Amino acid sequence: MVFDFFRVFMDTHAAPSTGSTGPRQADQIPSDLLAKIDEAVTHYPVSKRSASLPLLHLWQNHFGFVDDSGVDWIAKRLELEPINILELVTFYPWFRQEKAGKISVRVCRTLSCALAGSYGVRDAFCKAAGIDPKAPMHGHVPPVSPDGKFSVEFVECLASCGSAPVALVNDDLHEDITETGTAAILSKYN
Amino acid sequence: MKSLLLPPHPKERRIVFQNAWTQGYTPDIDCYIKNGGYAELKKALGMKPEEIIDEVKKANLRGRGGAGFPCGVKWGFIRRDDGKPHYIACNGDESEPGTFKDRYILHNDPHQLIEGMAIAAFALNVNLAYIYIRCEFPKAAEIVAKAIEEARAKGFLGKNICGSGFDVEMYVHQGAGAYICGEETSLLESLEGKRPYPRIKPPYFPAVLGLYMSPTIVNNVETFCHVKQIFKIGADEYAKMGTPGDGGTRVMCVSGDVVRPGPYEIPAGGVTLGELINDVCGGMKPGRKLKAVIPGGSSSKILRAGEVFKMKVKGPDGEMVDKEVPLLDLVMDAANLASAGTMIGSGGVIVMDDSRDMLWALNNLNEFYAHESCGQCTPCREGVLWIDKMTTRMVNGEGTAQDPATLKNVADNIAGRTVCAFGEAASWPVQSFLAKFPEEFEVAAK
Repeated sequence: MVFDFFRVFMDTHAAPSTGSTGPRQADQIPSDLLAKIDEAVTHYPVSKRSASLPLLHLWQNHFGFVDDSGVDWIAKRLELEPINILELVTFYPWFRQEKAGKISVRVCRTLSCALAGSYGVRDAFCKAAGIDPKAPMHGHVPPVSPDGKFSVEFVECLASCGSAPVALVNDDLHEDITETGTAAILSKYN
Repeated sequence: MKSLLLPPHPKERRIVFQNAWTQGYTPDIDCYIKNGGYAELKKALGMKPEEIIDEVKKANLRGRGGAGFPCGVKWGFIRRDDGKPHYIACNGDESEPGTFKDRYILHNDPHQLIEGMAIAAFALNVNLAYIYIRCEFPKAAEIVAKAIEEARAKGFLGKNICGSGFDVEMYVHQGAGAYICGEETSLLESLEGKRPYPRIKPPYFPAVLGLYMSPTIVNNVETFCHVKQIFKIGADEYAKMGTPGDGGTRVMCVSGDVVRPGPYEIPAGGVTLGELINDVCGGMKPGRKLKAVIPGGSSSKILRAGEVFKMKVKGPDGEMVDKEVPLLDLVMDAANLASAGTMIGSGGVIVMDDSRDMLWALNNLNEFYAHESCGQCTPCREGVLWIDKMTTRMVNGEGTAQDPATLKNVADNIAGRTVCAFGEAASWPVQSFLAKFPEEFEVAAK
C-alpha cells in the first residue's frame, strides 16, 4: 500500500517526457560515438563523474539534443543516478532536451554587441530563417523555423566584443554582422 | 579582428600576442618550436621548483582573470611535498562581458599556453592538468586538444617530459554555456561533473581544497602565457615593464563606441584612459563625445565623462601627495583604478558615447546577471531577477518614482551576502550607474 503510494507519487513527479516522441536515443548509439565516449572517460582517472559534461556534449553533438534515455544511459555509464545527469542538462544553457534547428544560430545579446545592434541582427536572422521575431529570445527551447532547418536564439556574451555584433552559427563565429548580411550568412549553410 | 592585423601601436608591446598575428605563423608545434618554443620549459625543468615560484613572484605577475591576485603568492600556497595529489585548472571560460582575449591565444598560439602550464605543473608538482574552455569556443577546444596531442608526441607532455623524470598529463574540458563557471570554485565543481555552485571560502580555497578536495591552482589563460614569457624575458626585465606590484603587460580589450575596438597588449600602467581611447583606439566615432566607460569588464563600476578623482599619487620627491586626476588622465593599472573606486578586472573596457541611454545599458547588464545567477544564494537568485524586472519596466516607461531607491536597496542587499563574488558583480553596475547618472533614472521613472 505504502509502496503503491510512493509509486504514484514518483510517476506524477517524473521529469516531463522531453521530445522523445521518436525512437529512444539510447537504442541508436553508433560505434564511433561509443568509442569517443570510452576515450573521454579515460581523461578523468580520478573520478568518472567528471566525464558527465564531456559525455553530454558528445551525445548532443550526435543526436542534437539529450532525451530521457540519454540521461539514463550516461548515468549508468558513469555509475551515477539519472538525477546527477538530468540536473546538469537542466542547469547548463547549452544542453537541449528538445530538438532545435539543424543549424543553430546563437546571437550575442550582451552590452557590447547590443551597442553595435545585436537586437536588430537577431530579428533579421529570424526573418531570414522564417521565424517570428516575436518568439521567445532566450531559454532552453529556441524557436525553430517551420522547415526545421534553423533555430535562432540570443545567448550571453560570446567574448568577441571587439568585433560586435557577433553570432555563433553551429561552430562558426561570424563577426561584424550587419542586418542586411544575415541572409547571406544563413545561405552558406544550405 | 581588424585592429590586430595593423602593426602594433607605439603604446603596445605584444608579448603574449607576439606571434598570434604574425604573417605565416601557424598554431602547430613545428612553427612554435621554430620560433623558440618549449625552450623555457626545458630551462625550467633544470631549475629547482622553488626557484621557479620565486621568479614568478619577482616578476610581480598578477592574475589576468579579474581578481588580480599575485600569481607567485598563490603558487606559494601549495606545499609540494604534502603527499597529496595536486592539480592545475586553466580558466578558459572567458565570459565577462567586455573581455575578449583568450580566443586569440587559444586559436593562434595554443602551445604558448601549454608551455606555461607545463612550467607551472613542474613547479607545483602537478601530474594532471585541465584546460577548461567554454563550449562557445568549439574551434578553440579542437585546436588546443590537437596541440596537446602534438606536445605529447614530442615529449613535452606525458611521461618523463624532456627526460626530466617528471610526468604531466593535460586534457581539454569543455563548459556548457554558464558564466558562473568562470568563478574558480564553480569551475572546479563543473570539472567534477556537478552543478557549478560556487564553494564557500573559507575553507574551500582551491590551493587548499580544490579539485577532488586536493590543492589546486586555477589561473587564467593569459596568466599562464605570461608565465612562459617571464622565463623568456627574465623576471626582472618583465617586472620593469609594469608598475611596482603589477608587472608585465596586460591585454586591454576595448569595445563599444570607439573607432578601432580591439585587444591591445600594453605594459601595465603604460597608458591613461584618454590615451587608450583617443590615441590607441582612434577616438570616439565621428561626431560623438565620450559619455561613460566601464573599465574592467561589465562587473566593474562605471565611470562618467568629466569626473575628477581625488587620489594620492607619488610626488616628484617620492612622497605621496594629494592630486586631482581627471577621468581621461587616469592611469590604467590595478592601483589607480582602485583609487578611482573601480577596478581593472579582466581588462575589458566598454566605451559608450553621448547617444547612449544609461538606463537601457544597465538593463542590458541586469538581464545578463539575471540569466547567469546560478541560484544557490537567495539574495542573488531573487535579487538579480527583481533588479532586471525593475529596469525592464523602467525602460518600457512603466517605472514608478520609488524604483531608483528600490533598485539601490536590492543591490545593496545582494552585495556581500552571497557565497561568491557574483553578488558584487551584479550589484556594482546597479549601484554605480545610479550614483553616476542619477538624472537618467529619475527621468525614466516618471
